[in-house]
Amino acid sequence: MSVDKETVAKIANLARIEVSDNELESTMGELNNILDWVEQLSEVNTDGIEAMTSVVAADLPLREDKITDGGYREQVIKNAPLAEHGFFAVPKVIE
Amino acid sequence: MSDLTKLTLSTARDALHKKDISAAELTEAHLCAIDDAKELNAYIEVTADKAIVMAADADKMINAGNAQGMTGIPIGIKDLYCTKGVHSQSSSHILDGFKPEYESTVTSNLWADGAVMLGKTNQDEFAMGSSNENSHYGPVKNPWRADKENGDLSNQNTVPGGSSGGSASAVAADTSIAATGTDTGGSIRQPASFTGLVGLKPTYGRCSRWGMIAFASSLDQAGPLTKTVRDAAIMMESMAGYDPKDSTSTNTPVPNYEAALTGDIRGFKVGVPREYRVDGMPSGIETLWSQGIDWLKDAGAEIVDISLPHTKYALPTYYIVAPAECSSNLARYDGVKYGLRVNGDSLDDMYKKTRAAGFGDEVKRRILIGTYVLSAGYYDAYYLKAQRVRTLIANDFKLAYEKCDVILTPTAPSAAFNLGEKVSDPLSMYLNDVFTVPASLAGLPGISVPAGLNSQGLPLGLQLIGQAFGEEQLLAVADVLESAAGFKAKPKKWWGDKS
Repeated sequence: MSVDKETVAKIANLARIEVSDNELESTMGELNNILDWVEQLSEVNTDGIEAMTSVVAADLPLREDKITDGGYREQVIKNAPLAEHGFFAVPKVIE
Repeated sequence: MSDLTKLTLSTARDALHKKDISAAELTEAHLCAIDDAKELNAYIEVTADKAIVMAADADKMINAGNAQGMTGIPIGIKDLYCTKGVHSQSSSHILDGFKPEYESTVTSNLWADGAVMLGKTNQDEFAMGSSNENSHYGPVKNPWRADKENGDLSNQNTVPGGSSGGSASAVAADTSIAATGTDTGGSIRQPASFTGLVGLKPTYGRCSRWGMIAFASSLDQAGPLTKTVRDAAIMMESMAGYDPKDSTSTNTPVPNYEAALTGDIRGFKVGVPREYRVDGMPSGIETLWSQGIDWLKDAGAEIVDISLPHTKYALPTYYIVAPAECSSNLARYDGVKYGLRVNGDSLDDMYKKTRAAGFGDEVKRRILIGTYVLSAGYYDAYYLKAQRVRTLIANDFKLAYEKCDVILTPTAPSAAFNLGEKVSDPLSMYLNDVFTVPASLAGLPGISVPAGLNSQGLPLGLQLIGQAFGEEQLLAVADVLESAAGFKAKPKKWWGDKS
């Protein structure tokens, strides 16, 4: 499988990374090199093999459902490029 | 003592405990060495004032009789670790100005034991790279340069490996006694091999990942870069441990790793995987590997021929799994919560412009690959397929460990290469991790031990791979391998004050 310029533009949009028209060509080449190379996995017979979900056998720990942390809004927004009235501020989204 | 920066962690510890030296003077000596080695670009930020305060506190701990293994030991911290109020950007432009309001669990553990932070070390951006050339702060130089035919030192810079290249360079140049690294596919072990150091990646789950800036969460692990195996054992014990804040951290007690270094490996079974003999591997590495086998045999270990048949599929598997996880993890960088923001016409436009300006080329490449392999219609063919092959790779190791206790391989397929040599060819860069990635995919511990020099005088490492939570056995064999190799070489100083 390989990607065309249109697909690269679509992926870039999904990933929310601006890629200019003149970067599309070179990006397509780089991605196709990598995709061609990983294609070799198709040689491996994986019928009946379970996909790995956890690398170390372990049960996820459970804890009591109670609040143990939080209550520091100022610290949470301290690194925000723009914060107003104790909230993260973003460009207007509703007309 | 005039050469405090030449001390290993264990000898410095012993001298501190006996009060032959103070933490204050040890820290001071390393801050001077950092100042003298600026051109290596190993540190992004030096926290000298903080270090002096921490060293004074360490001296108080020692005087009060509360000294631990790491008390008073000055170390470098990879930029990827969140350190409260201190530069923590994983060497990325997109985290510009980010100063965490919290401390990572691993660094908290080290500070609780009295370790001293010298500064934050350079790395490949978000730990994506094998040469430390993908940093927003510029490439790191390896203190090691090749010898020319006439015996003079070449002027050509070599890379320290990556992604923990700043940590490796800092320790190899004696500007810190040890340093933290992180390893996703080889990012501790390969730089250790390139710089003549010991690099330990523990079992997945041994260290908490809380407060480590995430790359690929099913693979990322913290570990030390040190001058000796004993040093790695001491530092590992301080870093490791259960943490309720990381649901993948393992709730088993941390052993006394140093006590495992008995020097006696008689009867241990060492597996040698035939699939690690790859085409085009330099003969020097092949020879060193054979020598390593002989050393362990001479120490009383039994050598066992083993097979890990899916080895050649580990790298392509990794380059589906790791980018997939990275594309999810790095979705958080949106110009809203922290770091860089580039304004746009709309919210979406702001996201896109911020991410285009903030991420470097390799990071973008991996996000795009990851987005593609997870996208509708391709998920089964790529991601699910890769996770199935990953199961087969882990099964290879399980079967092998029915016949052996540890596995011996080379760490990397070459010695340090020249700065700039592979930067335009991502695939050839990826091949650096051919011997380290399989253990990462299987979650197993691995250690690189410096074992010799190549014909150009550059260091080469051998890798030992252990069983899950088999760090004690792994360190015991590594210690014997280190003694047998007797690697004592140091880089010839070409930076700073030559006197």
